[in-house]
Amino acid sequence: MSQSNEILVRVRDADKVFRRGSEEIHVLSGLNLEVPKGEFLALMGPSGSGKSTLLNLIGGLDRATRGTVEIGGERIDSMSDRQLAGWRARHIGLVFQFYNLLPVLTAERNVELPLLLTHLSKGERRQHVEAALKVVNLSHRARHYPRTLSGGEQQRTGIARAIVTDPTLLLCDEPTGDLDRKSGDEILSLLQALNREQGKTIIMVTHDPHASARATRTVHLDKGQLVTEPAP
Amino acid sequence: MKFLPLVWCNLKRKKLRTSLTILSILVAFLLFGFLCALKQSLTVGVSMAGADRLIARHKISLIMLLPESYKARMQRIPGVAAAVHQTWFGGIYQDPKNFFASMPVEPAEFRAMFPEFVLPDEQVKAWETKRNGGIVGRVTAERFGWKIGDRIPIRSPIWQRAGGNDGWEFDLVGIFDGAKKGTDLSQFFFRYDYFDEARARGKGQVGWYTVRIENPENAAEIARTIDAEFANSPYETKTEPEGAFAQGFAQQVGDIGKMLIAILSAVFFTILLVAGNTMAQAVRERTEELGVLKAMGFTNELVLALVLAESMVITAAGGLAGLGLAWLVAANGSPAPSILPVFYLPPRDVLIGVGLVGALGLVAGLLPAVQAMRLQIAVALRRQG
Ligand SMILES: Nc1ncnc2c1ncn2[C@@H]1O[C@H](COP(=O)(O)OP(=O)(O)OP(=O)(O)O)[C@@H](O)[C@H]1O
Ligand SMILES: [Mg+2]
Repeated sequence: MSQSNEILVRVRDADKVFRRGSEEIHVLSGLNLEVPKGEFLALMGPSGSGKSTLLNLIGGLDRATRGTVEIGGERIDSMSDRQLAGWRARHIGLVFQFYNLLPVLTAERNVELPLLLTHLSKGERRQHVEAALKVVNLSHRARHYPRTLSGGEQQRTGIARAIVTDPTLLLCDEPTGDLDRKSGDEILSLLQALNREQGKTIIMVTHDPHASARATRTVHLDKGQLVTEPAP
Repeated sequence: MKFLPLVWCNLKRKKLRTSLTILSILVAFLLFGFLCALKQSLTVGVSMAGADRLIARHKISLIMLLPESYKARMQRIPGVAAAVHQTWFGGIYQDPKNFFASMPVEPAEFRAMFPEFVLPDEQVKAWETKRNGGIVGRVTAERFGWKIGDRIPIRSPIWQRAGGNDGWEFDLVGIFDGAKKGTDLSQFFFRYDYFDEARARGKGQVGWYTVRIENPENAAEIARTIDAEFANSPYETKTEPEGAFAQGFAQQVGDIGKMLIAILSAVFFTILLVAGNTMAQAVRERTEELGVLKAMGFTNELVLALVLAESMVITAAGGLAGLGLAWLVAANGSPAPSILPVFYLPPRDVLIGVGLVGALGLVAGLLPAVQAMRLQIAVALRRQG
């Protein structure tokens, strides 16, 4: 699928300051980022450079100290908490380094969770869950609990959960960070397929050049700013 | 509701902790139900008392006797509709621990005075024709397995037969039920004419009178008139409404209500800490998961509701089971029929219990739920990385 030039994510002049007691930590300062629809963007940078922080701003999980965040033409920085929650449910799919599945639920129940926030009937939810598990090639593990799945399988479940609502934007924070090379490759192939075949816009944080090589573009975060040309 | 399976799965997470919490709530509500039944038992006389009935007894003591001839004199007092007497007999069946209240009465007048005792017509007739016939309440009949036609040997610690024998025998001719719940079905009644003829001493003397008055509003005035009628005689009376009489008895047992409230307050405070602690732990150990749910788009309000629902399910499971068990225990009869003849859990107390279950669930879950609601996603998710 070809990329359109339509900009999906637009972060303008964003600052993020954390306060720890009297100390102020400036994590992002005057950061600008534009992500076109259909892009698979890799976000790299040293540990503590603020990659997760930036991802949180884009996903509406946290708020910038200053600046604007616009996704699909909507200014999410001016939404109320309640509006933001609804917006996340409709537009954002999240994939975490440590999968973050609920241990008390089976794989299919975990995948179903985001659908509980929709108006879909039980039957429709089941259909969506089955489809998502099929995409990640895990239909045969649907009734398994997370602790009985391998790391790769757990992350595939996590991806199924992230795509089950067909979100506008997929945000992945070190999705292969806890996996061996082989499982990591499977996950990357999966993300790549989602990007190429279904046109999903993906932003992926990673430390691994091997992973960023799969992306359509890579940006580096350093000293609170984005630098497009990789510093070797 | 589609979120219920989620609540349910979270409860199964720490099975032992959940079960222990439910168990302690169960015990608390079982105790609550039991104490409510006990209170009902000790004060039932007050609520069962007829507003139009007075009790006249010897001024000095309940155990001192009055002349049988007072009946006619009471009935002549204006405003008095009827007067019947009873005499404490104190029945013992086979063994002193098999004790129950028993009194000689005059059947027809007695039944007119106490319509709450319901006896089938043919048993009424049988009692009229059989001089040594007696009737007993359903509870005592079942307690000892008595059937109509049985000959029942009863000893009295007070009354001996002419000839120095304290063993009496009665033919059981009737078993009565209560017209309303709470009626004392433990008592045994037999005929006064038979009793008076057979007793060794005290002939012509009776224990106390129950007086029906025409207008309950005149109760105080008529009570005074009755006492005035017998003033300055060797047998002065003290007359008071049946309810006050029963209340006086209940107060002898102590201020039961206050005592029970004190006990139950302590119990519920403890159980609140137990349930609250369980919920606080549940929320604390689930911080990341709550963060993930919120990241997915679960609103703060929904997360609050989920935690409260969990707390409610725990308290409802324990509380309703405890109340149910208490109800079963009470329905099974009195644990001490000799002392507590009437023993049941009033529906009103069950309702109060259900209300308490709800309140407990809410209060125990509130603090952890608010904590979960306030949890910031970015902070919750960082705990792991
Ligand atoms: N809630 C917070 N309170 C205080 N400081 C924070 C908070 N979140 C992040 N920080 C600080 O902000 C900086 C950037 O954190 P962030 O998690 O975004 O880094 P990162 O690039 O994702 O690092 P890593 O590669 O290790 O995941 C760090 O110094 C971190 O200590
Ligand atoms: Mg990070």
